Amino acid sequence: MTVTFQLAGFLRSFASGAREVRVEVPGGTVGDALRMLGERHPGISSRVLDEQGSVRRHVNVFVGDLSIRDTGGLATPLRDGCSISLLAAVSGG
Amino acid sequence: MPTTQQIQVRRGDVVVLVGTMKGAFLFRSGPDRARFEMGGPYFPGHSVYALAYDGRAGRQRVWAASSSMHWGSVLNHSDDFGASWTTPEVPTVQFPKGGKALASIWQICPGRADEPDVIYCGVEPAALFESRDAGKSFQLVEGLWQHPHREQWQPGGGGLCLHTVVPDPKLRGRILVAISTGGVYRTDDGGRTWTVRNKGVRAEFLPDKHPEFGQCVHKVARHPGRPERLYLQNHWGLYRSDDAGDSWQDIARGVPSDFGFCMAVHPHDPETAYIVPLESDGFRCTPEGKLRVYRTRDGGGSWHPLTEGLPQRDAFETVLRDALGTDEEQRAGIYFGTRSGKLFASRDDGDSWTALAAGLPPVVCVRAARV
Repeated sequence: MTVTFQLAGFLRSFASGAREVRVEVPGGTVGDALRMLGERHPGISSRVLDEQGSVRRHVNVFVGDLSIRDTGGLATPLRDGCSISLLAAVSGG
Repeated sequence: MPTTQQIQVRRGDVVVLVGTMKGAFLFRSGPDRARFEMGGPYFPGHSVYALAYDGRAGRQRVWAASSSMHWGSVLNHSDDFGASWTTPEVPTVQFPKGGKALASIWQICPGRADEPDVIYCGVEPAALFESRDAGKSFQLVEGLWQHPHREQWQPGGGGLCLHTVVPDPKLRGRILVAISTGGVYRTDDGGRTWTVRNKGVRAEFLPDKHPEFGQCVHKVARHPGRPERLYLQNHWGLYRSDDAGDSWQDIARGVPSDFGFCMAVHPHDPETAYIVPLESDGFRCTPEGKLRVYRTRDGGGSWHPLTEGLPQRDAFETVLRDALGTDEEQRAGIYFGTRSGKLFASRDDGDSWTALAAGLPPVVCVRAARV
């Protein structure tokens, strides 16, 4: 399937400034999609995931309008053509 | 994002590296250190708790550990004093798969002069990383990571961090580290084995005031020409060691408080050291509303306040563990920054001070060097 990642501003520098990146995903989960994204743009995946493969605490991943925290985390299933947003949480100081 | 102001640094300049909770700044002056100009902010919005200058092997390299609450921590470097930065796509300081995740880089420490490609990083969770290829890659120092005490180390206010790395410039293989809270550990075999070195250091916050380990050491400074001479600022307590940490002597005489975070030693005189006392762990501000650097010139036998040019009224300031540094000039430059964003400099061993900046984000790291 094909999915499209929407990138937060900070992440775009790791994709030559692109706002979105389309990837072919052989598997069917958010984790599969992030792995494919990481093969093309390791700078993005290493900012979204820590070195143990967990989504960083203050990063939000949405499939469509739904946060994956509520839908199964990295095991959240994907539909062909869906949109995945990688965004900074509102936390800060 | 803010516009980053660039500076032109020439060989022979003195450069002050300033890390803050919202980015890094560089200050440069000519050799006379009379007037500084500022560059930055670099990594705006990211905290920069660790900076280092590496002038070994002909380099003019600034290292900066930037950390984002959102996107993690990464070690960057610049070979043109901030005009451009090299940021690895995949962070070079990472725990091995199946283990912990890096929270933050607290310390960057170039290794010995005769090992110009060795660099150390102290991190949170408390661990030491070593590079032997000039920072292209880093490996976890397993000898410390596997230490049987590690599971009992507890986080301090800043987290469970290894914040101080002090290689011995003369004795190859000897490195001392400090951990909050674990205390001081030393290796004499290049990191394979580590022994605790807290003898004489109190743990005021524990029922047993002299445990083998668990002390909350805030900073250790080593004199480069006499590496067995160390000074230690503890979470309550000031200490000196004349045997590379085998034992520690209380030197808190004549200070308004022995609580504080930072500690620096004069680059040429091992009897001279600097601290900025804070009132207490309950009120972590300069006592009496006076911003005073205290200096000893007799190895901690006595301490005297340095006040010329520093605010002595309504100055409730905090100077954090890495926010005090020196250059290497004979008449030493001493530099420190405050949580309120003030940066001060002395070019006369601390006798007098001038303000370099007053409106920076909270300052967490200050380093200086002639480049």
